[in-house]
Amino acid sequence: MTAQVSDVVENPDASAVLSVRGLRLQYGDRVVLDRLNLEVREHECVVLLGASGSGKSTLLRAIDLLEDVQDGVIALRGLDVTDPRVDADAVRARLGLVFQAFNLFGHLSVLDNLTLAPRLVHRLPRAAAEQAALQMLERVGLAGRERAYPEQLSGGQQQRAAIARALVTSPDLLLLDEVTSALDPALVGEVLELLADVRAAGTTMLVATHELGFARRVADRVCFLHEGRVWEQGPPEIIDAPTTPELAAFLGR
Amino acid sequence: MTWEPSPVAVERERYRSRRRRRSFLLALGSTLVLVVAAVLVVITSPGWERTRSSFFDLDVATEVLPGLVQGLWLNLRVWVLAVVISLTLGLGLAILRTTAYPVLFPLRALVAAYVDIFRGLPLLLVLLLVGFGLPSLRLSWLPIDAVYLGTGAIVLTYTAYSAEIFRAGIGAVHPAQVTAARALGLTRAQTTRRVVVPQAIRNTTPALLNTVVSLQKDSGLISILGAVDAIRAAQIEVTGAYNFTPYVVAGVLFLLISIPLTRAVDAYSERRGWGATRPAAGVAR
Repeated sequence: MTAQVSDVVENPDASAVLSVRGLRLQYGDRVVLDRLNLEVREHECVVLLGASGSGKSTLLRAIDLLEDVQDGVIALRGLDVTDPRVDADAVRARLGLVFQAFNLFGHLSVLDNLTLAPRLVHRLPRAAAEQAALQMLERVGLAGRERAYPEQLSGGQQQRAAIARALVTSPDLLLLDEVTSALDPALVGEVLELLADVRAAGTTMLVATHELGFARRVADRVCFLHEGRVWEQGPPEIIDAPTTPELAAFLGR
Repeated sequence: MTWEPSPVAVERERYRSRRRRRSFLLALGSTLVLVVAAVLVVITSPGWERTRSSFFDLDVATEVLPGLVQGLWLNLRVWVLAVVISLTLGLGLAILRTTAYPVLFPLRALVAAYVDIFRGLPLLLVLLLVGFGLPSLRLSWLPIDAVYLGTGAIVLTYTAYSAEIFRAGIGAVHPAQVTAARALGLTRAQTTRRVVVPQAIRNTTPALLNTVVSLQKDSGLISILGAVDAIRAAQIEVTGAYNFTPYVVAGVLFLLISIPLTRAVDAYSERRGWGATRPAAGVAR
């Protein structure tokens, strides 16, 4: 691969919850993210669209500091978290990440899944953590299931529990990585319904999804990822009137 | 809801029960043939009478039983102590080997060498080296009692075994579980303690229980150092009388512990869904 002169990375936007500037990430020779810029503002819901392998998941993992980036800046409320001197655990504690495969802790009850981080990371006393967890479970429609273990729940229930686990610490930004892709169609609805509620409550969200209906209905802004960049972005209406041939091709038009 | 089996199902069931009866009769027949053959070989052997009196003498058995039971009590104490220490140390070493702190590098290398050595050495050899080697150093603080040295040697070997089992268990924890924990803001140490180790212990319970069972048997090896356990007690009896019944009694005593233990472990594994009682490669039929 030929060496490439990196573009000058602009300063991040400190007024945004998340500001990504000139992000570059590669695995070996494969460039996954290439000079990517992205903003998510307070109370905004941004939906990431893109083909499988377009870098949506990688971007979310990079923002949560689960991947090393080669270049660029990820700033959370103006703080450059790509700086290796920043405490990554403290950054991750301020973010919520929900996975495609739920990733609930199999050896813990639903309640313990929800109270683990509040107690260990946020130093809440057990009683307060459990009270908050029970309220959150009620909000996601899992009241009464707090003693159940993940394997005893349906896929939709597991994903709602995982969303509750990410929300219970009131993160600055909620990252959702194709959270309905592992669910059968009958269960997708209940999870999307919950996400619409979460959105309505004002949670700042960055959502990677293939659910176009959800994007149309809930997103403030849609970003189409292609060749490792934000190729086209705008209001949800661009889904029905794409301006680039690449987005049109992705949408099958 | 009521269900009348259709003629097809009735016919199938009749065929299956015929096959089951046939399987049972075959198993019964082959067992009988084997047992009869074995008994005939033993009973008709020219030395049977002498063997019976020198290995299965009931009078000798009752006479030596109290001494052997006392010896077995020592085996059981050594067993429990060695299990507790080996599993604790083994888990500690396994965790140490998976940490990434640069300061601990020499320790990790040392642990790797230790595990390689003691997993590869026969336990008997470790017992002899520890039992006769350490006292020759004449360290005043070192206990020279055969029981302590023997237990120490067993612990050295079994700690290495259990460290490897725990290491495999830690490796089998799904990486997504670690990612989920770190994504919540848990530190490496918190993730290890709250997520990785509990799941690793669950993963390895069947293997660990097997180790516990075999440690019970191997506790008898401390007799080589002169500790008066069940085997040594039997040996002492045999030496005087030239009658080997005490060995048989000692064997029965060990079986009385290990067979129920094995069955309990199997039953536990079965209940947890780890059972392997199905025929290998078996499906519905």
